[in-house]
Amino acid sequence: MTERHVVIIGSGPAGYTAAIYAARANLQPVVIAGSVTAGGELMNTTDVENFPGFPEGIQGPDLMESMRAQAERFGAEVVYDDVTELRMNPGAHGITTALGTEYTARAVILATGSAYRELGLPNEKALSGHGVSWCATCDGFFFKDQEIAVVGGGDSAIEEATFLTRFASKVTLIHRRQELRASQAMQDRAKADPKLEFLLDSEVAEIHGEDALTGLTVRSTATGETSELPVTGLFVAIGSDPRTELFKDALEIRPDGYLAVDGRSSRTTVPGIFAAGDVIDPIYRQAITAAGSGCVAATDAEHYLASLNDKES
Amino acid sequence: MTKEVTDATFDAEVLQSDKPVLVDFWAPWCGPCRMVSPIVDEIGEEQAEKLTVVKVNTDENMETAAKYGITSIPALYVFQDGEVAKTIIGARPKPALLQELAEFTS
Repeated sequence: MTERHVVIIGSGPAGYTAAIYAARANLQPVVIAGSVTAGGELMNTTDVENFPGFPEGIQGPDLMESMRAQAERFGAEVVYDDVTELRMNPGAHGITTALGTEYTARAVILATGSAYRELGLPNEKALSGHGVSWCATCDGFFFKDQEIAVVGGGDSAIEEATFLTRFASKVTLIHRRQELRASQAMQDRAKADPKLEFLLDSEVAEIHGEDALTGLTVRSTATGETSELPVTGLFVAIGSDPRTELFKDALEIRPDGYLAVDGRSSRTTVPGIFAAGDVIDPIYRQAITAAGSGCVAATDAEHYLASLNDKES
Repeated sequence: MTKEVTDATFDAEVLQSDKPVLVDFWAPWCGPCRMVSPIVDEIGEEQAEKLTVVKVNTDENMETAAKYGITSIPALYVFQDGEVAKTIIGARPKPALLQELAEFTS
């Protein structure tokens, strides 16, 4: 059993920023970073061009590596393990990990982020790794000179589609609506790309293939008409859902599925449990807003711990 | 260190092996591969008696990657008697991997 002032669950920009602030406040935080998800969503991206301080852009994994190093420099301990259980008990919250470590902490910061959404089609899981993918930067290379599709209309879908034109002979972007949600800068770049085609007002109705993806049936959301799209790759980028399994029964969850916090603070409904990043943010969900919210959580945790000490003394 | 296998050595090191062989298909630019790599190294050391663990860099060994239809990495394939006996796609935590590999290690 290890006793800690602060345990931070998650290691995206929110988790690492909380760790930097908590470490500088001399709270010796431990970051339970995730065994295979450490660094969070930015580990699966390439160029990050909108994080302030990097005028030439920075690679997502390099940015996360720098945040980790900065947190460790001030005494944060980063462990590559997964939390399997969180027992809420104000004063001494209990945490169990997959490798069997037990922690107690007076303050816990939840920065668990979000998980990729799936289309929910019958063949999707079976063909995952055989043409269906959620990570363009991991898998784009395998689709050299092939025709592929991307589903989604947000920033990440457009970014992936643009990135994939480096490899594929043709990329078709399928989006349910006529309007894309992605930023104008990204849309302009995508529309100028000769290898990128747009299939708007359309959704994927069926995924075809036995051992490997061979094509899609695409349905028009306007007319209901279907058409066949022969592709060997399908990249799913239809957004993500907050990762709340660990605490959804113990904390207040908003109707939209995000973890509820008190106003602009990071306070959840249980004293000593704070939250930051994508798990509480249905709107902005940027690296920089997650980082800012990690700072808020560490500051709230610091004040909370100070108030506990005042009561004890 | 886990052994790197190439297109040239794949047959001898993997397909002709007496023991089951876990092959970690990876590439330098793949973030999740970097996460799963140390876990695979550990499993290789701990299970050395029953399971041989090797890595294939798919950038440098495209022939092998194409032959087994690799389109997502990290991809962990177990080969037994020259045949694919199990495929695990995507990074998994160590306990989950050990569970998936139990049939080859117990």
